[in-house]
Formats: sequence, C-alpha cells, structure tokens
Amino acid sequence: MNPAESAGPDTQWMIRFDKVVKRYGDLTVLDELDFHVRPRERVTLIGPSGSGKTTILRLLMTLERITSGTIEVGGEYLSHTRRGDKLVPADEKHLRRVRKRIGMVFQQFNLFPNMNVLRNITEAPVRALGRPRAEAEAKARELLDMVGLGEKALEHPTRLSGGQQQRVAIARALAMEPEILLLDEVTSALDPELVAGVQDLLRDIASRGELTILCVTHEMQFAQDISDRVLMFDKGQIVEDGPPEKIFTEPEEQRTRDFLQAILKA
Amino acid sequence: MNWDWEWTREFSVELFTTGLKVTAQITVFGAIVAFIFGLLLALLRRSKILWVSTAARWFIQFVRSTPLLVQLFFLFYVLPTIPPNIKLSALTAGILGLGVHYACYTAEVYRAGIDGVPPGQFEAATALNLPQVRTWTSVILPQALRRSLPALGNVLVAIFKESPQLSIITVLDVIGTAQELGSERFRYLEPLTVAGLFFLVLAIPASIMIRRLERRLEY
Repeated sequence: MNPAESAGPDTQWMIRFDKVVKRYGDLTVLDELDFHVRPRERVTLIGPSGSGKTTILRLLMTLERITSGTIEVGGEYLSHTRRGDKLVPADEKHLRRVRKRIGMVFQQFNLFPNMNVLRNITEAPVRALGRPRAEAEAKARELLDMVGLGEKALEHPTRLSGGQQQRVAIARALAMEPEILLLDEVTSALDPELVAGVQDLLRDIASRGELTILCVTHEMQFAQDISDRVLMFDKGQIVEDGPPEKIFTEPEEQRTRDFLQAILKA
Repeated sequence: MNWDWEWTREFSVELFTTGLKVTAQITVFGAIVAFIFGLLLALLRRSKILWVSTAARWFIQFVRSTPLLVQLFFLFYVLPTIPPNIKLSALTAGILGLGVHYACYTAEVYRAGIDGVPPGQFEAATALNLPQVRTWTSVILPQALRRSLPALGNVLVAIFKESPQLSIITVLDVIGTAQELGSERFRYLEPLTVAGLFFLVLAIPASIMIRRLERRLEY
C-alpha cells in the first residue's frame, strides 16, 4: 500500500507527534507533546537530562510504546494501525514495515560483538531486507570506505577504538537505507580525541541533505553545524523552537538561556 | 587391611571395559539432553504467553526440588505401571532422568547468560529491523551461549559424577560395576577406590579446561 493512501496522516511531514504522552509509572516524561519534522529537515533536540529528548528517539525507533497520542512517520501511523475507522495499537508486522524507514545510532554503539565488522553491517540488509549477500557486502564495503574503515572489514568490533566502533555503527545504520536517521548522543561515550572524527563524518552525511535527521547532543557547535532547526526541551515540552543561529545566540526563553549557560560552563 | 594388588590388576580391566562404556554413554547422552532441553526450558520461561512461562517455571522448580534418585525410580519403576504404560530400558530411563534433571539447572545457566546480554543488543537488533527469530539466533543466543559455556562445563562434570545414581535402576556404570565386583568377595576397598580414582582423574583435567575456557571466552 502506498503510504499516501494509508489515510489520515498528513504527508507533508516526515515525523509528526500528536499529543504524545509517555509515562513510566507516575513519572510523565512526555506531556501531550506536539511537533512536526519536514522531510530532509535536520533537527537537534537539546535540553536538560530527563527532559524527554532520548525518549522521543526511542519512541520513534519503537524501542518504547507511547502511553497515548499518535506518532506518524512519512504519512503513516507508527504506533497505530487503522482498523475500520478506529485506531488500534500497531502489531509487530506493522511496526516492522514502518521501522524500515528509520535508522538509529546509539550512544554505546551496540555493535554485535559476535560478528566481524562486515557482518555487523550486512546482517540486517540480508536478513531483514532479503538482499543477496554479495550485494550487501559490496554495499557494506562502500560504506566502510566512506567512514574511513575500509581496512577493518574483517576485524572484530571489540578490537576497534570507540570512535571506529561508532563509525561502523553509522555505516550499519546507513546500510538499511533509512529515510530518517536518529542520533542519540553519539559522541557522549567517546574519548575526547575521538569525537572530532565521528562528528566530521556526521557533518558530511548531514550536508548531503538526503536524510531527515533527529539528533540529541550536548555538543552545541556540532548541533549548530548539522541542523536547520533546534528544539529546546524541558519537562517533556518544547520550550523553544528555531534555527540554531537564533537559539544559540539570542534565545527568547529564560530556560533556554539558563540551559545554554550551564552547558557552556561545564 | 591389606591391599590386594593382584586382584586389583584382574578386576581393573573389567571395571574399565564394561563400566567405563556405560559411564561415557550416560554422561554424553545425558549432557546432550540437558543442554538441549535446558535451552528449550529457558526460552519457554521467557515466553510472553503467561501460561507457557508459568508452566516452565513450575516444571523447573518441581524437578529441582525433588531428589534425582526419586525421579529415576519413578521413570523406571512407576511410569510403566500407569497409563499409557511407557516402558523404557534402564539406560534410556537413566539418561532421560539425568538429562531432564540437569536441564533444569542448565535452564538457569542459559537464563543468566541471556540476562547478561546488554539490552543495547536487543535494541540494536530492533533498530535494524531484524526478524525476532534472527535476533535470537544471530545476536542474542551466540552471545548468551558463550557466556554460558563455562557453567555448562560444570554441569557436564556434575552429570558425570552423578551417573552412579543410575545404579538404583539397575544401570551398572563404573561404580555399580565396582560394587558388584566387591560383592563377589565381600571386599569393597579396592574396586571402589579404583573407581573413585577414575572419576578424579577425569574430573580434574575437565575442571582445569573449563577454567581455561572461562578465561579465553572474554570478548
């Protein structure tokens, strides 16, 4: 089925959150959150820890289920399916279909330690997309060259530095040809001298403008470089929304100013 | 008490040729049952279907809470008397009994191994849209089994050492054979000592190998 025909959702948005609530027990992490992201828009989420930024990425990746509200991805419901004219929680089959459009890079890389680098990258294209192995491997080698690790195809991930592991993880996510790339504090776990390499790579990827990118980071310069738009979060709500030049130089909200000051002092 | 060397030489051959073969059979096949059935139990325990996981948990608890001796006795002597009157050979009943008994221990070993796989591995598999079965066969189980190997080795040694319990259902392993030999002369010192040494000689190198394995398996 053509996503555009799946009814309801608005196709001008790549991502759309509508009154999304996420609770863990008594703790409300997202409180009736609304926001939209256009196709190929690059958005950085900033805000104090616990403000719900990472939760947004995890909900999009279907690692968590929302408590209420709806999420749409590329004109399709992510968390729900339409049955008759009612919306019901999505089943695994539906999730698998929508998930295809989304890739994620994690803070802790999460490479599979029981597979070599090449296999890490080809496993999902072969097993989830049904690509022939030779084709997947050729593609993987191209991606490895792109991330500067062409030599490391047959190494085991544990023998690579953190920065190298993260670059493999980026290649692995791109191998699935997602439309949306989620970056969850991808340099936070890296030694300082390895951060630049990963950031340069992501700048390069972002500058091609092919992907919709949602990025959670505490590196403000990096945020400014790769994004068209910055969302400032606090307590599960968007406090401020604007282009990076504006948010980082003349924020309107006191909470944004406080947050940026705290970050700069650190 | 004097040690009868001549008799020792005489019976040792018989002890090893008949007893050893049975002990080896019990250990190898018992371990295969324990390793495979234990994995099945561990996976059933994680089932999202409540009655499946509950049934698996109860089964494990039940088997672990009753003596192996009683289980063997039931399998061999009682099972044939109740419908559908399943009659197993002594060796088969013994291997099954021992294997299922230790499956309930290996199930816990696998469970710990699976719990030890970082949640990020499941999340990466989900993010890459790997099918459920693939997530388990390609990502989770290879890592979980690797973590489980040393503990499975210990179970293998335990099965080996417990194999004499099968003598209650007439299976004569090394120890059973030694007892029979002893009863011929009412002297148990020599045959039981030799049989005991035999276990020691095999179990110690096995333990050392397991410890080495443990060290080598770090990622």
